[in-house]
Amino acid sequence: MNANELYTPALLDHVSNPDYNHELCNATHSHQGVNPTCGDELNLHLVIKDGVIEDAAWTGIGCAISKGSADMMSDLIVGETVERASYLAELFHRLVIGDTLSSEERKELDEAISLESISKMPARVKCAELAWRTLEEMLKSQS
Amino acid sequence: MKATSTSEDITKNPYKKDFPLLSANRDLHYLDSAATTQRPARVIETQEKFYETTNANPLRGLYELSIEATQEIQEARERIAAFINSPSSQDVIFTRNTTESLNLVAYTLGNLILHEGDEVVITVMEHHSNLIPWQQVCKRTGATLVYLYPDKEGHILDEEIERKITPKTKIVSIAHVSNVLGITLPVKKIAKRAHEVGASSPELMRSAPGSPGPTMNDTCICDAEGKPHEAKNISPQQTLPGIKGAVVIVDAAQSIPHTKIDVQELDCDLLAFSAHKLFGPFGVGVLWGKQSLLLAMPPFLTGGEMIDTVSETDAVWGPLPEKFEAGTQDAASIAATTPALDYLESIGLPVIEKREKALIKYLYDELSALPYVHIYGPKNPEERTGVVSFNLDGIHPHDVASLLDSKGIAVRAGHHCAQPLMNFLGTDSTNRASIAFYNDKSDIDALVDGVKYVWGIFNPPQK
Repeated sequence: MNANELYTPALLDHVSNPDYNHELCNATHSHQGVNPTCGDELNLHLVIKDGVIEDAAWTGIGCAISKGSADMMSDLIVGETVERASYLAELFHRLVIGDTLSSEERKELDEAISLESISKMPARVKCAELAWRTLEEMLKSQS
Repeated sequence: MKATSTSEDITKNPYKKDFPLLSANRDLHYLDSAATTQRPARVIETQEKFYETTNANPLRGLYELSIEATQEIQEARERIAAFINSPSSQDVIFTRNTTESLNLVAYTLGNLILHEGDEVVITVMEHHSNLIPWQQVCKRTGATLVYLYPDKEGHILDEEIERKITPKTKIVSIAHVSNVLGITLPVKKIAKRAHEVGASSPELMRSAPGSPGPTMNDTCICDAEGKPHEAKNISPQQTLPGIKGAVVIVDAAQSIPHTKIDVQELDCDLLAFSAHKLFGPFGVGVLWGKQSLLLAMPPFLTGGEMIDTVSETDAVWGPLPEKFEAGTQDAASIAATTPALDYLESIGLPVIEKREKALIKYLYDELSALPYVHIYGPKNPEERTGVVSFNLDGIHPHDVASLLDSKGIAVRAGHHCAQPLMNFLGTDSTNRASIAFYNDKSDIDALVDGVKYVWGIFNPPQK
């Protein structure tokens, strides 16, 4: 693995200057995700109104992959409907397990596509997936 | 000026060539020997040869091949007994690993002697394998688990030993060397205190063969209401020959690859380690015990080859070591343990110790010179055996380990199966570089360059 493929400037920028790493006092939904083997903990907070994710934020501890991935995901889902967020989470899951995505699907993932090479590092897939898994669990439990 | 031999000179490496994996991967810097060591060619060859020339189920057959397989196991047992200075090879029990050895003791000894009000003493530095078995046996029996806490560098002070090991202490189980901090624990001092003031266990006396109490085959020496039998002629102070006060168990998994272990000199009652951390194969663990204690302890697993006779309603246990070795053993791996010890002794433990001390000092000095590296454990590298655990300011160990891996450097990152210690140190996880004598200066230079590279990725120079 060439580490530069994974630790891209885009990812590192989300880690050192995250846009969504804060509390969300008007959150309508909150959910905690954990990776017991790493000790990663992620709290995801959303404001959902009329089926649309109006705002998102995350707090917690973890590695650069899990934090960067959470920040990219938050960026991607704000303004999207709940259904579309679930669809994007499914796309991301396919990406990190090494499925081939069409060029349209790749475009939909925006910056998160930069985590593609994690599929070659089985030990780190769960880090990249933590935020997305937490989102899916949250959306499932509310529907 | 004293000449340094090639074997102690860390710029030279006369050992890598003996290890097929290391000589085939010249760009690999293997710094995870505390997790498992690499094996020399002769170990791998012995294992293969066993299947090609000696393969039969040991102990059972009356034919030549099975007898040879049995002999290979006995040879390994004797080799190990000599390696740790056991008075008898019968006192060496084969298990799968250190974890199984410690579980064996927690289940058989713990269940037998622990009651409400008794205390089991361990340290907060224990690997989960020497922690969870005691935590669980305490839950089962109502005994209390007591922790010895070290100072910030890992030293367990005399006052702590005196305060925590008391007449209530029935079992003390401690690591010889911490798998995270690399510090050597004061085992002899702890054992002395435990034997002097700890509570003796009359249950052992009752359970010993030939005792006037219930026979050795009673796994629970209790009456119908669950109260211990009061066997005649045994006072609460009476103990087995050679066993005094609390029973002392040593987890030697992290010390035995690096330093001479002498069970008689350590004055412990039981000791556990794994062959795979000692340049031997996976799947072989050892439990050594004082013979009188092993005889009094009930068996752990029951089944084939551990019995003398079996009827429809009862069984009589076999002699040592078979009593604790139910089922077919991994004979090929046990046989391959012998050449691992032969190889170590052909180099000589004093030479290995000197070389490793030089490696650890260089590793510690180089890493501690980087202002953004935080090292856990003793500040004096002389006090370290095998490992240096560290963190880079603000960078998660999993990111560090992945990036080091991209440069061919293998280190461990995580909680190292020591979560209570992580908590005590105020961190969630660390990186851990661990060495063996087959490492050299170039491995450490690669690690230090790798650490600088990781730091640079997360802290690019400001434009």
